[in-house]
Amino acid sequence: MTGWQTLFYKEVLRFWKVAFQTVAAPVLTAVLYLLIFSHVLEDRVQVYGQLSYTAFLVPGLVMMSMLQNSFANSSSSLIQSKIMGNLVFVLLTPLSHWAWFAAYVGSSVLRGLLVGLGVFAVTLAFARPAFSALPWVFVFALLGAALLATLGVVAGLWADKFDQMASFQNFLIMPMTFLSGVFYSIHSLPAFWQHASRFNPFFYMIDGFRYGFFGVSDVSPWLSLAIVGGAWVAVSFLALRLLRTGYKIRN
Amino acid sequence: MTAVSFQSVSKTFPTPRGPFQALHGVSLDIEEGEFFGLLGPNGAGKTTLISILAGLSRATQGRVTVLGHDVQADFARARQCLGVVPQELVFDPFFNVRETLRLQSGYFGVKNNDAWIDELLESLGLADKATANMRQLSGGMKRRVLVAQALVHKPPIIVLDEPTAGVDVELRQTLWQFIARLNKQGHTVLLTTHYLEEAEALCGRIAMLKNGRVVALDSTSKLLQSANASVLQFKTDAPLPAALARLARVTGRIVQLPAHDAAEIEHHLAALREAGVASEDVEIRRADLEDVFIKVMGSEAPEAVA
Repeated sequence: MTGWQTLFYKEVLRFWKVAFQTVAAPVLTAVLYLLIFSHVLEDRVQVYGQLSYTAFLVPGLVMMSMLQNSFANSSSSLIQSKIMGNLVFVLLTPLSHWAWFAAYVGSSVLRGLLVGLGVFAVTLAFARPAFSALPWVFVFALLGAALLATLGVVAGLWADKFDQMASFQNFLIMPMTFLSGVFYSIHSLPAFWQHASRFNPFFYMIDGFRYGFFGVSDVSPWLSLAIVGGAWVAVSFLALRLLRTGYKIRN
Repeated sequence: MTAVSFQSVSKTFPTPRGPFQALHGVSLDIEEGEFFGLLGPNGAGKTTLISILAGLSRATQGRVTVLGHDVQADFARARQCLGVVPQELVFDPFFNVRETLRLQSGYFGVKNNDAWIDELLESLGLADKATANMRQLSGGMKRRVLVAQALVHKPPIIVLDEPTAGVDVELRQTLWQFIARLNKQGHTVLLTTHYLEEAEALCGRIAMLKNGRVVALDSTSKLLQSANASVLQFKTDAPLPAALARLARVTGRIVQLPAHDAAEIEHHLAALREAGVASEDVEIRRADLEDVFIKVMGSEAPEAVA
């Protein structure tokens, strides 16, 4: 294995050794959402014509779980290593900022995808899946997980304490995911909130992902691709810059 | 070839009370194969200097090279040549000892390193802990793993930042034997320590830092010669006369008085007799590195060393 592959492998082991917490637990959480929301809303909410609410909800939950876990992986790995002090073992190596980026983002995307796959597998018991445009499913799964994994790198480098990380998670990541249309189509919202949702990049990830399943979406998947892809490039640029200059890790 | 070269290295940290300059234009060269000691009180800048060398920190001014490689511009090659044992007792709780060492090899691009890892485990008395999780190890054992981690890629230059702080006698013995062996095989060693007898026994050359400046830089033997020739040492319970109290180094009941020659020793003894100070276990010994250290650190204006 080369240097970056070793770091990638270490980061995968880090979450895999505690997979019960890092993979199984988020799957359970997502299934609970599905059970409760579909029980309460199945007969009351109409989306996309014939589609049952449960079937509509599945891709949103899968995406939400992927996003949250990709973010949680890179951010918590970095802040734990910073606070424990064991980041020094990586800081002392000849690994470049590209190697760090590839390893931290790659391993976090992998965790996101594993959780997403787990959630999807369990939901098969509740709703029959459809794949109208399968390539879009993969494109948005990868891009969404990568965007949040990269954001996790930025947050992990920036935060000095666990409570700063918790505010990042609770006041930015959580609201943006919940308000992105996981549980509803934005067309059911009042005009103002429909408009506001369009400024939320998370909306495009979930909308584009859903298009891959149903072939219907609130906006064109190409627009979503452009926005999500553009956001990833921008955040990656920032993350790579922080890693290269050693922001808060090499003073 | 010069193993490590510090060239007018300065470092300023921003603090809430304004900028603090930790290093003031430190210059020193360490040649290949040397066992070099970096001494100084807490806050003198030893760890800052080592952090800049290791790439954990950046110099505000000046430059540092490792076997000719600039630690900033050519960081990958510089770090490949360095094995750094950090001062803090840190570890990754997710892995056992062997996994930790294999990962560290991998970061440096070293493949199939098990033979060397086994040798490290053996030499550092870790062989029976290879599969123990890092969390289960005692402080001393964790310290050994830190040393093994630093050496896993066979670096030509080994940097030890206070490796024996709070470490028992057995580990010190094991560690120094091992490091001395590596030094004989040609590895350059840079050591910071507060244990001056260790530095005296091991280091061929020593630099002393005070308030971010090099205040002494010479071979250990020359530094020892530069100190007062002898020390009059005794135990007492009585207070010393004022004239002697100024010169004395007092540790509990033990009093040590520097003396240049026999006449000065006689003078000290006479002063004690006059003051009626009862002394026991009187001995005269040669000055050691600690005497040099105290003399250098005590001088008001640090002399500039080129």
